[in-house]
Amino acid sequence: MRLVILEDYDQASEWAAKYICNRIIQFKPSEGKYFTLGLPTGSTPLGCYKKLIEYHKNGDLSFKYVKTFNMDEYVGLPRNHPESYHSYMWNNFFKHIDIDPNNAHILDGNALDLQAECDAFEKKIEEAGGIELFVGGIGPDGHIAFNEPGSSLSSRTRLKTLAMDTILANAKYFDGDLSKVPTMALTVGVGTVMDAREVMILITGAHKAFALYKAIEEGVNHMWTVSAFQQHPRTIFVCDEDATLELRVKTVKYFKGLMHVHNKLVDPLYSMKEN
Amino acid sequence: MPSNKSVSDAPIFQFTNCRILRNSQLQREDLWVREGKILNPEKLFFDEKGFADIQLDCKDSIIAPGFIDVQINGGFGVDFSLATDDFKSGINLVSQKILSHGVTSFCPTLVTSPPSVYHKVLPQISIRNGGAHGAGVLGAHLEGPFISREKKGAHPEHCLRTFESGAFQDLLATYGALDCIRIVTLAPEMKRSGEVIEELTKRGICVSLGHSVANLSQAEEAVQHGATFITHLFNAMLPFHHRDPGIVGLLTSDKIPTGRRVFYGMISDGIHTNPAALRIAHRAHPKGMVLVTDAIAGMGLAPGRHTLGQQVIEIDGLNTYIAGTKTLSGSVATMDTCVRHFLEATGCTVEKALEAASLHPAQLLGIEHKKGTLDYDSDADFLMLDDSLHVQATYIAAAASSLQPCLQRVHQCFADKGEHGRDHHTVDQLERWGSCPSWNT
Repeated sequence: MRLVILEDYDQASEWAAKYICNRIIQFKPSEGKYFTLGLPTGSTPLGCYKKLIEYHKNGDLSFKYVKTFNMDEYVGLPRNHPESYHSYMWNNFFKHIDIDPNNAHILDGNALDLQAECDAFEKKIEEAGGIELFVGGIGPDGHIAFNEPGSSLSSRTRLKTLAMDTILANAKYFDGDLSKVPTMALTVGVGTVMDAREVMILITGAHKAFALYKAIEEGVNHMWTVSAFQQHPRTIFVCDEDATLELRVKTVKYFKGLMHVHNKLVDPLYSMKEN
Repeated sequence: MPSNKSVSDAPIFQFTNCRILRNSQLQREDLWVREGKILNPEKLFFDEKGFADIQLDCKDSIIAPGFIDVQINGGFGVDFSLATDDFKSGINLVSQKILSHGVTSFCPTLVTSPPSVYHKVLPQISIRNGGAHGAGVLGAHLEGPFISREKKGAHPEHCLRTFESGAFQDLLATYGALDCIRIVTLAPEMKRSGEVIEELTKRGICVSLGHSVANLSQAEEAVQHGATFITHLFNAMLPFHHRDPGIVGLLTSDKIPTGRRVFYGMISDGIHTNPAALRIAHRAHPKGMVLVTDAIAGMGLAPGRHTLGQQVIEIDGLNTYIAGTKTLSGSVATMDTCVRHFLEATGCTVEKALEAASLHPAQLLGIEHKKGTLDYDSDADFLMLDDSLHVQATYIAAAASSLQPCLQRVHQCFADKGEHGRDHHTVDQLERWGSCPSWNT
């Protein structure tokens, strides 16, 4: 694992965006050779999306040959509801970039056969050649996507009932009214994300610190599903200082000492203009 | 990359780098248009997997819904109250010329005239959509002849009438046909006005109070019968009095039926009302403000003498009087001038000034589901404006209709191909698209 520790949210977002940018450009995507990217929602990745949009608007990064697969979507929420993950992705990312709509995949929480929708999603990932880089976040209860505590670490894309913690955390997006928050969601499984060639987890803020501690300093445990990535060959955790508050000083010092190595991944920052 | 043709072959336009008026705010969003309607880009992206065929960089302009003028008596030498043989070409000329003022829909207005004029002119007015040929015609506004003698203003006295004997039948006989009538201005103190207002309202015709000496109770009763508009507030009515506010009192009346709103037209040309009066009205009832030009034949023409119905009038700068008198008769201000003056005089926000000329007239006429806003599925009648609200371009059904020289220069700057394969076209090329039959209404 690489643990990349930046000073604050903005710097962490920028580092993550630069990394994604470099990975896409160095891959040299083209017709028939698409870069497959897994994407998260929520408040953590917003800063990262803003930076990616900035690189696109400057002409440094194109998403023309990028295929995206989002991690999850609520069940039963109309697609055009302002809180659906379709709306989130449109407003915060897709509408600002040049991605082909045929290449932007999000689970349909209103499909008639939800399990069939999940199976089809897995198939689409397989047909696209697997995910090159899966970007994710972490819940306060250590979940990745909607793989709530107790989810199998080899799970695939499926329907999940949300934990009360998650519903409470989401209430702020539904006028604080618990009755309005969806109780079920479709989500990629832990196993689905583990299949990606590389995984990048964004973790910022003190409220995520305990989850990060459980994920990387304790054992692999289905109660803290992000811990599964200890067994993935290429994982990067990108966090800010506040997210490290529950870690051992020794862990933090070790990884901070490696920052000069980590920074070589984002500096120089490549640009498609040079091609 | 061409758009997905699953729903429609029509090209999709994306106006970028602009601030659009939506939900009463200027938002930094792109405007998407297809087949003459505002398109929902999120729906396009997810449902159709579609995207823009043509992107236009608006260079940080403001995009607002096209202005709607519900009181315009003519312009450019054309007088709608004059029963000429080529009346249609007069309407066409005005509708074409007012595009550059930002007006995309209007109600040709006839002042008090003899029945023979109505019988000849009204059948020649047809309700029609706008396009590259000109602004859309929403229907006629008949200001008179059922108005008060004392407040006739510039209207000819010998043509005034009452409907006290036959009520609605009298009105019908005077006008001839009702098909293309959208608004009727009358004086509510006239006997049997209640019945007439109800009959007109039943037929979807908007009734406006004006040229009247009605007191507040009479005005409120008229509203209860169905009246929803006040013609050029303050002008040609009793002045506000603290014990009987008259028609002006409708702005703050508590007798307006629930769910109804009374709108009021104001000519904000700096002449017909003092800016302080404009501010009083606006502050009392901001959601009712409807900007009108009340423009006459001389609008757009040089100073001098012109006709207005049966009268001769004289233009001197922005002032127009009945020839030889000091009685105001209509204005020569353009709609965009009125909007700018309104903004300056009231100190209101740009959003409110734009809404007074677009959303509110649409709400008055009950057409806000397709005109007066930039909501999805509305008609794509919109304007590109600079920050001081000068019209840079007017679009109807996304065919650029009016090109000011400065805009042409601006558009020439981005006639190159975009970096990511999207084509950037000049608005000239856009006009050629305009001849594509599938989407030019």
